Amino acid sequence: MNKWIHIFTKESVLIPVISTLLGLLIGAFIMLLGAYNPIQAYLSLIEKAFGDFYSIGETIRQITPLIFTGLSVAFAFRTGLFNIGAEGQFIMGSLAATIVGIQLDLPWYLHMPLAVVAGGMAGGLWGVIAGYLKAKRGVHEVITTIMLNWISLYLSNYFVKAYLSEPGQQRSEFLKESSWLSLQGLSQLFDNARIHFGILIAILCAVIFYIVLWKTKQGYELRAVGFNPHAAEYAGMNVGVNVMKAMFVSGVFAGLGGAAEILGVFHYLTINAAFPGYGFQGIAVALIGGNTALGTVLGAVLFGVLTFGATGMKFGAGVPVEIISIVIALVIFFVAAKGIVKYVIQLFKKEKKNML
Amino acid sequence: MEWLQVTSDLIHNTIVFATALIFAALGGLYSERSGVVNIALEGLMTIGAFTAAVVTFYADLMLGGSAWSPWIGFIIAMIVGIIFALPHAVASVSFHANQVVSGVALNFLAIGLGVYLTKIFFDGSAQTKTLETTLSKWNIPFLSDIPFIGKAFFYAYPTSFLAFLLVAISYYVLFKTPFGLRLRSVGEHPQAADTVGINVYRMRYLAVMISGALAAMGGATITLTTTSNFSHNTISGQGFIALAALIFGKWHPVGAMFAALFFGIASAMKSVFQVFCVTDYIPVDFIFIFPYVLTILVLAGIVGRANAPAAIGRPYIKGNR
Repeated sequence: MNKWIHIFTKESVLIPVISTLLGLLIGAFIMLLGAYNPIQAYLSLIEKAFGDFYSIGETIRQITPLIFTGLSVAFAFRTGLFNIGAEGQFIMGSLAATIVGIQLDLPWYLHMPLAVVAGGMAGGLWGVIAGYLKAKRGVHEVITTIMLNWISLYLSNYFVKAYLSEPGQQRSEFLKESSWLSLQGLSQLFDNARIHFGILIAILCAVIFYIVLWKTKQGYELRAVGFNPHAAEYAGMNVGVNVMKAMFVSGVFAGLGGAAEILGVFHYLTINAAFPGYGFQGIAVALIGGNTALGTVLGAVLFGVLTFGATGMKFGAGVPVEIISIVIALVIFFVAAKGIVKYVIQLFKKEKKNML
Repeated sequence: MEWLQVTSDLIHNTIVFATALIFAALGGLYSERSGVVNIALEGLMTIGAFTAAVVTFYADLMLGGSAWSPWIGFIIAMIVGIIFALPHAVASVSFHANQVVSGVALNFLAIGLGVYLTKIFFDGSAQTKTLETTLSKWNIPFLSDIPFIGKAFFYAYPTSFLAFLLVAISYYVLFKTPFGLRLRSVGEHPQAADTVGINVYRMRYLAVMISGALAAMGGATITLTTTSNFSHNTISGQGFIALAALIFGKWHPVGAMFAALFFGIASAMKSVFQVFCVTDYIPVDFIFIFPYVLTILVLAGIVGRANAPAAIGRPYIKGNR
């Protein structure tokens, strides 16, 4: 029993939990200012996310890409890199999966895995560009990945328009069914929700994430470089190569996410004016999960439920769905500025002492 | 005569697009020169664009179509920008938070808050009502009478003149005044600055607030001269292009201005290319990509070398070495 209490009062658990509560609380306050009923709003959020089998299936669909991008950001973080580029790697993964899905004609047991692998590789290679520039040219990865995000957005639009487009539509033609990740049986189980096989790949990725980082020599090197690159170099590790490896794996996770979204949910790629946003939310997911495998999955569940459930708030309480972006932004902010949360915790502790 | 019209359009579009970039890039300049990364430029521009759209709309209603209402919107946008930048300063200066994460959070918050409030103010509509009165162009007497270049350069929105004026002012402030020297020293070597009695925290707070004001003004110029309303995609990437301009301009006000103009031309070329059917050969998307590729090349040292302020992104904790 004591062990459990210890886990729940640990800082790595306490800070995300309190940040989330603070975010929801301020969100409620903002709703009150707009003359909405926050309790009704949050209840309809839960109702929307878990109300029936269809909702649960759709919530899981929402969670799936967040696990991928969350793992992507977390993996890079562990090696001391800030991968803001999960968004772009996600798009490149979508693009590669779309190209394979449309252009090739194969039996499903070859086509589907090939499309998934192509997505992962495309994401990985896109990540390596930033890794290379960091390792060989000393360019900070934050700036390069931001720029690469925009490049990938327009590049993907170009490819869809020039080579893959469905005439008269702002999207590519449909992928061949042999490349789909959707499973008829799984969808029917959830009342035709767009839940797909990708969730299993995502969870597999989380397991791989844990094993690679904590159970292999290579993972030890990656984390050592993250802790202290100078010490790692002194110990004979090649910092540059490790940085590139980390960016590759990080990109693979995001790319797989992009591929899964196309192969499992939409089955076509749209021409986007703006980012899908999963990469940026991945930053939040990784942060709140403390850059661990389990934490990232839990973080993805939290943000997946919030984002999908938000659509219910519109019907249930008339609240604009954007309130959830505000809540998510606040949660990120509080997790980042740990000091503020610690200050709040301190306040509660003082009050307890006073009461005694 | 068609090419004359096209060139004149080109210059006009370049300056309009570059104006917003110059404001935001100058904003980034103050913040980053003081050692605080500001990728929240996008969010600050969003909040500026939103505030300008809403305030101008209501000011116009109250004043009955006065030419002053856009200016009221512009000024209030600036003030709201300062307030909105404060959380970034609190998190990254006082609480030593990761400045990139704090910036990402602010970007999320800006777009969420902007659209949420728009829906509340305008009966659930996702965009603000189109403004009746926006900024009108100014004629600079005499100079605008010069044939050809007069109309191109001296007949423009007042905000454009203000942007160029601010470039000169920023250069003077940052490089010729004690305040500027202190601000830069805080960004290069905060420990040394602290030793000689400069209040590092106060300088960084000021820098981030100035940054908020300027970036929000940049966003406001977009609603007040180009779109006439605010919706979720009014600001889509301009903040990041401004960041690119800042880096391409090597963290210098004049450099940033030229970079902004350059990106402005790149963007304005779109319409010219369409007129001359160049888009048949070079796709529009590649024109969009151009500024970003260029930034990466600059950073990689292939097109000149850019050196960031030495202490950028590092929180200053008193007493730590």
